[in-house]
Amino acid sequence: MTVKQISVFLENKPGRLAEFSDVLSQNDIDLRALSLAEAEDFGIVRIIVDDVYKTSTVLKDANYVFSITKVLAVAIPDEPGGLSKVIRVLGDNDVNVEYMYAFITRKKGLAYMIFRVEDNQKAVHVLQQSGIRPICQEELEKL
Amino acid sequence: MENYYQPEIECASREQIREWQSERLVQQVQNVWDNVPYYRTRMEEMGLEPGDIKSVDDLHKLPFITKDDLRDAYPYGLLARPLDECVRIQSTSGTTGRRVVAFYTQHDIDLWEDCCARAIMAAGGTKDDVCHVCYGYGLFTGGPGLNGGSHKVGCLTLPMSSGNTERQIQFMTDLGSTILCCTPSYAAFLAESIIERGLQDEIKLKAGIFGAEAWTEEMRHDIEEKLGIKAYDIYGLTEISGPGVSFECSAQTGMHVNEDHFIAEVINPKTGEVLPDGEKGELVFTSITKEAFPLIRYRTRDICILSREKCSCGRTHVKMTKPLGRSDDMLIVKGVNVFPSQIETVLMNKGYPANYQIIVDRINNSDTIEVQVEMTPEMFSDSLSAVSAKEKELIDALKAMLGIYAKVKLVNPKTIARSEGKAVRVVDKRNLYQQ
Repeated sequence: MTVKQISVFLENKPGRLAEFSDVLSQNDIDLRALSLAEAEDFGIVRIIVDDVYKTSTVLKDANYVFSITKVLAVAIPDEPGGLSKVIRVLGDNDVNVEYMYAFITRKKGLAYMIFRVEDNQKAVHVLQQSGIRPICQEELEKL
Repeated sequence: MENYYQPEIECASREQIREWQSERLVQQVQNVWDNVPYYRTRMEEMGLEPGDIKSVDDLHKLPFITKDDLRDAYPYGLLARPLDECVRIQSTSGTTGRRVVAFYTQHDIDLWEDCCARAIMAAGGTKDDVCHVCYGYGLFTGGPGLNGGSHKVGCLTLPMSSGNTERQIQFMTDLGSTILCCTPSYAAFLAESIIERGLQDEIKLKAGIFGAEAWTEEMRHDIEEKLGIKAYDIYGLTEISGPGVSFECSAQTGMHVNEDHFIAEVINPKTGEVLPDGEKGELVFTSITKEAFPLIRYRTRDICILSREKCSCGRTHVKMTKPLGRSDDMLIVKGVNVFPSQIETVLMNKGYPANYQIIVDRINNSDTIEVQVEMTPEMFSDSLSAVSAKEKELIDALKAMLGIYAKVKLVNPKTIARSEGKAVRVVDKRNLYQQ
């Protein structure tokens, strides 16, 4: 019930982000979501892609340092209060969210949230008890 | 009117200086032969006996001693007096792994302080002065040396030590400091701080004695103008005694070596051959009056030129230029000796690739050092705080090794030139050594 996120190290230097997105587009990698976290002189780009295996091969060949992490992807009704319900479930059950970001797809009426939590199993369990079902990798690839 | 501490020595004839040197060298060679097995072994290996050294003309026959030898002998291997006759140690600038401990008898300290007193008086100091010492006190020789010299001159001495700029400026204005002793970069920083606070008219400084790191003529003019003082250079090294091995006079064209205590030679660093005055080479010192820790032909690794031309100040002792470079890869950053090999050791211990680059710069007259390291999969994670923590760990380890803060910059893999061909490990943007 989790999806794979690729996190890539980027030196904070003009042009580094452009180089990175060129590598992805030249290899026809389709981004589902992207988020950027930055420190003083480096950044971490976190991406959700259609093809994890292909992307990691491409990144390795291009000498990037990256890691693959399992994160939660949750479909949220695209309406006011949709997000807060999910967050409340996690908070009430002491599931700490390290970071999160959103993306939307062509599917009407739904937005998706990516959650990075410490304990995926527990998070999935408490979400399912509240009737929220995180999507899995196959579902994500079909989006 | 030139100001001297010991005019009969400082202005002695060249013949007299030679006589002192020969006599003291002969005694010192006998002393180390009798009391330091290390020297005896080295001399025996070369088939030398004390009797072979009859005057300074024979100095070149003796073997050199290097920093590595000093390290191997740590801590007591080169001690020439029983410990109960020693009263003090000082140590080189906190560079772990390369630490050298020097021992002093009371007599050694006395002579060292005389040398510093000569430097203070050459900068115009008298007993009426207020001498503000903000070199570090402690193992570093800067503070204790100038402090002792200032006492000898009879100045009112302010043992400020380094740091706390606010307090430095307050004492300077409240107590009317007239002579400032610190590193040139700290002097420049103080000057800036004084101007920022609009206190130029509140300070009474007339002279500064600045050493322990390389500085340029531009920097001298800048400090002189901002503080309204004359800025004098001073040179020394813990191994030989500390600051005051040589010092600048009113001519400000090089530093007079205290030749009655230290014999200076310049050699070709590759062949070890002694070079004539006027030629550039590695500076070598022999301490002929030291009791506890005498060094015979110590290779300083500093490149400079000696001159015995008549000086307008009246002093007759040989003059050396500011160091014009190093014969090894040592860097001096914020007055601290830094070897690239130390940085490499830290990186390897922490599991980083030995591919790194050290960028040294001087920004607003203050040295900065940045270590660029390539990111590795092992230290990477998706969490910013985890990567930052690793970065912090490396900064702390570098600080523990070097004794100073070094900025760490994580860069993309394979962006630092590989070592095929000659790798440029150090980029020094300071251009400190004027040729």
